[in-house]
Amino acid sequence: MIGRKALAVYRKELRQIARDRRTLLILVFVPAFFLLLYGYALNWDIRHIALAVEDRDSTYESRALVAAFVNSGYFDRVADVHGPSDIDRLLNLNTARAALVIPDGFARDLANGRHPAVQVIINGDNANTATTVMGYASSIVQSAGASLSGTETPPPVSIEPRIWYNPELRSTLFLVPGLIAYILMITAVISTAISIVREKESGTMEQVRMAPIDTFSFIVGKSIPYFLISLTSAALIVFAAMLLFGLPMRGNWASLLVAVSLFIAGALGQGLLISTAAETQQVAFQAAMLSSFLPTLMLSGFIFPISSMPLALQLITYVVPARYFLVALRGIVLKGVPLALLTPQLAALSAYALFMLALASVRLARERG
Amino acid sequence: MTCAIDVRHLTRRFGSFVAVDDVSFEVRTGEIFGFLGSNGAGKSTTIRMLCGLLKPTSGNATVGGVDVTRDPEGVKRRIGYMSQRFSLYELLTVDQNITFYGGIYGLDGAALARRRAFVIEMAGLEGREHTLARDLAGGWRQRLALGCAILHEPAILFLDEPTGGVDPLSRRHFWRLIDDLSQSGVTVLVTTHYLDEAERCHRVALIHAGRLAAIGTTAEVKKRVFADRPIVEIRATNPVEAMRQLDLLPDIESTSLFGTAVHAVLRSRALPADEIRARLQASGVAVQSVTPVAPSLEDVFLDVIDRAGSAA
Repeated sequence: MIGRKALAVYRKELRQIARDRRTLLILVFVPAFFLLLYGYALNWDIRHIALAVEDRDSTYESRALVAAFVNSGYFDRVADVHGPSDIDRLLNLNTARAALVIPDGFARDLANGRHPAVQVIINGDNANTATTVMGYASSIVQSAGASLSGTETPPPVSIEPRIWYNPELRSTLFLVPGLIAYILMITAVISTAISIVREKESGTMEQVRMAPIDTFSFIVGKSIPYFLISLTSAALIVFAAMLLFGLPMRGNWASLLVAVSLFIAGALGQGLLISTAAETQQVAFQAAMLSSFLPTLMLSGFIFPISSMPLALQLITYVVPARYFLVALRGIVLKGVPLALLTPQLAALSAYALFMLALASVRLARERG
Repeated sequence: MTCAIDVRHLTRRFGSFVAVDDVSFEVRTGEIFGFLGSNGAGKSTTIRMLCGLLKPTSGNATVGGVDVTRDPEGVKRRIGYMSQRFSLYELLTVDQNITFYGGIYGLDGAALARRRAFVIEMAGLEGREHTLARDLAGGWRQRLALGCAILHEPAILFLDEPTGGVDPLSRRHFWRLIDDLSQSGVTVLVTTHYLDEAERCHRVALIHAGRLAAIGTTAEVKKRVFADRPIVEIRATNPVEAMRQLDLLPDIESTSLFGTAVHAVLRSRALPADEIRARLQASGVAVQSVTPVAPSLEDVFLDVIDRAGSAA
């Protein structure tokens, strides 16, 4: 139940936001822009690798192998070549990133039960890409070879990997939840911090302090609009990610709402806290940026896996709220994990929200007293 | 009750700096009380303590009968406050500013509607209800800020340099509103730099370096400060050189420049007019006139600062 005075602050804030194009832009369009930018740019999947083909065999079997490459979706056949000098030229021109050479007698060797070798040449100027391309190529050759020879003799022990939740190992699915955390954190922290510091700068804060309105009502009235806007923005990001990047939603929406709400509450608290220390919008903006953007990007497991960080950094990640939010978000969205199993993460997020809001209230109250 | 504000031995320290030093005064109900002093003299700190925003280090004060230390929230309900910044929300309309400030004082419904009408009329904002505050000219902003500060009909009004950056016509208009409020029984404590505004106050207090230097009606203050030290106004061809020469005379305590004339404060009642003429003429300054003048508030102001400076 919010009081009458909190309601007055709330209405005023909404009216201000509605008329302040810049803030609206930051709150609504920047998140969507970030999603598009990062969603498409931050993609480690390698597709459409330009492939040059030298088929010296020209049989049904050799063509079937080439088709297997093309049909995999990872390779685009860009040229047919004759001889190593052509391959050299195409790789140098970057017209092709890889070349497949099928030797004379490929089909005959297969039929006779011998093990023909095909050559795959890969541009190694980017080691990561090269390794990935090599992985694709060898798995295509293996499965195509097995089905072509028809005389499959399975090895005594074999691995049959199954990758759950993201069977195609699409990095987008892994990244989008991180992106949601990242975007929410930045917009929520910055918008709250700036909205309060702006009142300090314009002197309205002093005027409000002279009025008999308690700190609690002021904070509640001031933050609810930003809470609702952040929630809307979160919903927009999730829908956009489902639409554009095929993000699944395997869990239930209520669980998602709980996790997102806790996270936003903490972020708003952090913004409030910054506003108690900063005197100018510029300082507030920088503090908000540094304290939200860097840890969420580097130390949350968004991009860099926490388990491969040095111990000192791993310890720091325990106080980065996005770390817990990401686990919860990926769990709910990608795996459909029930809320009960996410208790540790939700507890951590609640602690973060409570701590930030309490500290900010104490500081605000002291500033007023 | 006849005493709206009662200040007793109010002191506020910030670390080792004493911003307000043992200040005591009373403001009567319905009075316009001027609080004068240079920047950093302690005016704003005093007001902040009286508004319940800052705790005194020692001493106490009651505002509207409420102790500022014990019940700062009670004080806030009884006072209105307006600062030189005319703290309005630029992106809200006139109407929306009134709604907001009414709201945080707990006004709504019929009470708010009645006060809204009063403020719009008082500030002369009819027809501009839906103009954004940032699009209002200075005088209107100032009157709207005043209106927002008295929406809840406070018995006591604090005005912290309320006429900064406003044209003379708007200033006069504003002071008429202050007079009206005072007539209706509102107590007004106003700080100002403008000494002509100080003359419009019923009583003034002069604060310098955190201490109360003088208090009373402007006439009383002038009379008391210059009780046995007359002031003469000297018109001469070269006022700056004249001042330098006059400062060398034993009978003259201090000099200051007033426009093109020099005001000299004498040490005794006797007027050494001839001596002054002789001295100035000897050093090549032609004297047009030497006449005793009544002290102005500016004389008082400068004298107080001067004496505090030489005492330190």
